[in-house]
Amino acid sequence: MIDQTAKRIAYYPGCSVTGTAVEFDQSTRALCAALGVELIEIPDWNCCGSTPAHSYDPLLGAALAGRNLAMAEEMGLDVVMTPCPSCLKALKEALRKYEEKQHSFLDILQMPFSGQIRAISVLQLLYEDISPKTIREQIRYRLTNTVIVPYYGCLLSRPPEFARFDDPVPEFPFKTECCGAAYGVTQNHIVGKMTGRILDMARRLGAAAVAVACPLCQQNLDLRQSQVNRFWHTTFQMPVVYITQILGFALGIDPKKLGLDKLFVSADDLFLETSEPLENPTESKSV
Amino acid sequence: MALVNDLRMPRDCDDNFIHQVETESGQQISKCYQCGNCSASCAYTYVYDYPVNQIMRLIQLGQKEAVLRSRSIWLCADCQACTTRCPYNIDIARVMETLRFLSVEEDTVSIKNIQLFYDEFINSVKNFGRVFETGLLAKYNLKAKKPFTDIDLAPKMLRKGKLPIIPHRIRGRKQVVDIFNRFEDYRKKKNLD
Repeated sequence: MIDQTAKRIAYYPGCSVTGTAVEFDQSTRALCAALGVELIEIPDWNCCGSTPAHSYDPLLGAALAGRNLAMAEEMGLDVVMTPCPSCLKALKEALRKYEEKQHSFLDILQMPFSGQIRAISVLQLLYEDISPKTIREQIRYRLTNTVIVPYYGCLLSRPPEFARFDDPVPEFPFKTECCGAAYGVTQNHIVGKMTGRILDMARRLGAAAVAVACPLCQQNLDLRQSQVNRFWHTTFQMPVVYITQILGFALGIDPKKLGLDKLFVSADDLFLETSEPLENPTESKSV
Repeated sequence: MALVNDLRMPRDCDDNFIHQVETESGQQISKCYQCGNCSASCAYTYVYDYPVNQIMRLIQLGQKEAVLRSRSIWLCADCQACTTRCPYNIDIARVMETLRFLSVEEDTVSIKNIQLFYDEFINSVKNFGRVFETGLLAKYNLKAKKPFTDIDLAPKMLRKGKLPIIPHRIRGRKQVVDIFNRFEDYRKKKNLD
């Protein structure tokens, strides 16, 4: 738990939230600020190497991610949070390699590192450190009569003993099916097929939107939705919003600060038509 | 699709290959008893030439050529479903990753564009310290001779301000390049041992 006196944590944004997923960065920062958590961006952070570095050798990815952890430790912080599941995987891999192959790892990294820092996702920060109760007390708008299906993707929950993410509870049959990952560029038909199945299932369940927490999943479901429609001859117009945007909206944060205007499939109707202000916010039971 | 049974197993068995995959991946391939949970979990079987359980069997049988030339190893998206469901806790996704790397070393890459994309990704990290998405896509399109890849997305990305033209260069670029260099030294030393 983060106590009242120590709400300062290191923030590792990752490359994709500085580009195609900028709204994930905006909404994460705005939400954390509203909840009283001070995010201190690791200055001069570098790319974690993602799947390409890990594919080459996990030790390379670990060392690249390790530079960021070492800088966060140098800042005197003991928790680093990232919104990106792929970055999180790399940061945790660095901590694992520090345990397993300390000598080689530090030899390549060549920076002082104690391995004491904890790497968490934004979801862990919200659920475990801030707690749903605290968030619930600050809800100002409720979304009513609408179904939003949660889509977690692959890396947040797998493999379980590494991810340490509880079994996703809300029922959406394809909640952890792969969206086609980075094949949007090299093998576009794969994303067409696999992302299409997820959107189709969401539609069949009467969903008004899909909630996500991964920049790559969001890119496939939102930016590439037009390509999916071409592939399947469908007409999906399904908003795909980050969980941080939904929570931020519920807390009454200005939509501009949440980057809602950055989504390709507009979520304006979702938020404008289904939300209602709460008169006494503390009495609310659910979002 | 080639069938495992068609291969002349005993004569072609490459023991060294089995050993190499086990050492590089840190996984004990002989533990696989062909239950098929990995293939049942895999969302990519429909584009594979060999389902992932057959890849595991082919490694056990030392079928280096068939494995390292397969399309499956390059179409694996590292989604971790196989690893999660293996009853023997074999990190199968790690095995697939290892095979990709070995196929690069042996120059038997089946789907060159995917390797190209990975290589350009790494180059971007080396050059700027971070991935520059716009540049990565442009370089990929050029080198893959597919200039119109995702061209339909460019206008709307520009409108949303999601297609930066100038890369962000971190100050610690040299530190990042040094990590790559020290890693290369480590690999060379490891290969000599």
